[in-house]
Amino acid sequence: MPTETNYKVPTMADMAAAGEEPEILFWVGCAGSFDDRYKRVTIAFVRILNHVGIKFAVLGTEESCTGDPARRAGNEFLFQMQAVSNIQILNGYNVKKIVTACPHCFNTLKNEYPELGGTYEVIHHSQFLQNLINEGRIKVKDGQSFKGRKITFHDSCYLGRANKVYEAPRDVLEALDADLVEMKRVKANGLCCGAGGGQYFKEPEPGKKDVNVERTEEALSTGADTIAVACPFCMTMMSDGVKNKNREDSVRVYDIAELIAQKEGL
Amino acid sequence: MEIVQQIVFVVALAATGWYITKRIQLISRAIRLGRSENRTDHADERLRTMLLVAFGQKKMFTNPLVGVMHFVIYAGFLIVNIEVLEIMLDGILGTHRLFAPVIAPVYPFLIDVFEILAVGVLTVCVVFLCRRFIVKVNRFQPERHREMTRWPRTDAAIILIAEILLMIAFLTWNTSDSVLRDRGVGHYAALQGVIPDFLISQYLKPLFINFSDTALIAYERIAWWFHILGIMAFAVYVTYSKHLHIALGFPNVYFSDLKPKGEIQNMPEITKEVQLSLGLPVTTGTDDSQTDDNGQQPAEIGRFGAKDVQDLKWINLMNAYSCTECGRCTAACPANITGKKLSPRKIMMDTRDRLEEIQQGWKANGYDYKDDKSLLNDYITAEELNACTTCQACVNACPININPLDIILQLRRYRVMEESQAPASWNAMFSNIENNMAPWKFSPTDRFNWANQVNEVK
Repeated sequence: MPTETNYKVPTMADMAAAGEEPEILFWVGCAGSFDDRYKRVTIAFVRILNHVGIKFAVLGTEESCTGDPARRAGNEFLFQMQAVSNIQILNGYNVKKIVTACPHCFNTLKNEYPELGGTYEVIHHSQFLQNLINEGRIKVKDGQSFKGRKITFHDSCYLGRANKVYEAPRDVLEALDADLVEMKRVKANGLCCGAGGGQYFKEPEPGKKDVNVERTEEALSTGADTIAVACPFCMTMMSDGVKNKNREDSVRVYDIAELIAQKEGL
Repeated sequence: MEIVQQIVFVVALAATGWYITKRIQLISRAIRLGRSENRTDHADERLRTMLLVAFGQKKMFTNPLVGVMHFVIYAGFLIVNIEVLEIMLDGILGTHRLFAPVIAPVYPFLIDVFEILAVGVLTVCVVFLCRRFIVKVNRFQPERHREMTRWPRTDAAIILIAEILLMIAFLTWNTSDSVLRDRGVGHYAALQGVIPDFLISQYLKPLFINFSDTALIAYERIAWWFHILGIMAFAVYVTYSKHLHIALGFPNVYFSDLKPKGEIQNMPEITKEVQLSLGLPVTTGTDDSQTDDNGQQPAEIGRFGAKDVQDLKWINLMNAYSCTECGRCTAACPANITGKKLSPRKIMMDTRDRLEEIQQGWKANGYDYKDDKSLLNDYITAEELNACTTCQACVNACPININPLDIILQLRRYRVMEESQAPASWNAMFSNIENNMAPWKFSPTDRFNWANQVNEVK
């Protein structure tokens, strides 16, 4: 397929200079900016945004860690330094609506920034994609066919239990026309990937096995060939789990935005 | 003879009342050791939560069979109290089935209901004993959970066996009473024709067929006294037991956290420091209540995070007294499932044990007494704290909305901010955020480089 595409990634600074305000700010997050695997998700999501013609912008180099891992590890001072600086930037651009693909950024921006002076409408990209599908702005196109493929969805704690977003990612996956199979522990009873609360940034404590291996075993036992995630940390943990089980040839881990982009042929 | 029984009864009742009052005072003093925290906002939502989760037992029905069984014990406990009221009044006034003539038309129906519940409670308690000690439900087993030491297991067994004995006493008391009524012995004859046989106890009558009148009266009295003194003793015992949840479960749910589970509580004292260091106008901590006569902020700000129970909030401490050690939190904890030392149930049990230790110190040395121990290190280790993924599974699993994660986070804060005791790789993550605005060691100027690949062919 020839690619005559010309996707754009406007920044808030560009918009402000042109005297414009975007409909939404896409908060990319550290993983979405730096992690090679999750950068592909960021790109997929930006292509979808371009494709449906949403007026969006990113902060670019002005973005900074929300402080989530610092707060959860107990470093409240560092968290608030990050939060207060970020709020200054967000409020400076008069940001009203934020969409992000990271449940940790989502939770922090949505629930924890208001008390420090930053109140925004924050939506997770699963909810955003769900809306686009409901509004008919994303339609089944001639991209990759998912018919007959088994997909299982791994709930991330900070999207699910922490904020009760269970249906949005499932609705998005339903739109793929694939065979959605559920794991034993789902939704409110979902099992953590093992990365939250700062665990991603250190070795796990001694135990019988790693949490991501336990969760991957559960995902594999569904017989799914695709494990869908909606969080950069779940993505890494589940991918590592699949490698640990030597199943990387037959089982793939994708973010829901990537699956929609594949379906749309983007 | 009657009057002696009345005196003994009143003395027993008064002693129980006095002792329980002392226990309540001591426990509430221990809970008030915690820091203040407003949990009285949104009264309507709190009431709704309490009706649903505490009265309605909503979260118990996650496993419907166990939910129904627990509901039988719970309903039995609540409703049988109506019968206890009659027994109390009979004991004080020296009467016999005081309510029977007064509410004659519904009295037999009520007793029938109590008897059905008694059989229900008895059956469920036997099933629960089997689950613990024969089927060996995983979360109660000491081989798998190190906090399941001897006392928690004995405590559970005592409660279940006591309930079984109390129900047996109630049923056989009704039976012996019916037989005496049939035989027209003494004052038992007065209710002949007023009340009939009861639903369950009528079938137990053959048990007493060979008893002499004297033996039967003796049995009736012993069963009656055993039942009511048993209840009084149980009420006292409950204040020492995990079974305190029958009382504290309700306020504990009422005062539960209403915010989204993912939201971690802010520390306003730090906000002020942060705003000062960033050269921003200070928006918190400047209300008049915190300033002294000269308009100055107090020099000493409390501890950052929690080292001991005094640094926790009162609700954390009430949580500890409300915990019935069912272990649903621990069974849901990913760290525990994969063999790490962390057990949310142990966090709650440790907190209560530490409070009980302080109470012992108070009793021996007065309320000013302080020992040199603390919840952190003496009870909860860094290894446990560091293993938590903050996934909220424990918070979600608790049938009465206890929050072990809140305690874990406050202890982490103390270790990180007061003791600088974070694991080395966390310190590296912290300094990366500080210097590179990301938890990894990438240059902040490279943050937007991904955009160059947006138009690359897949």
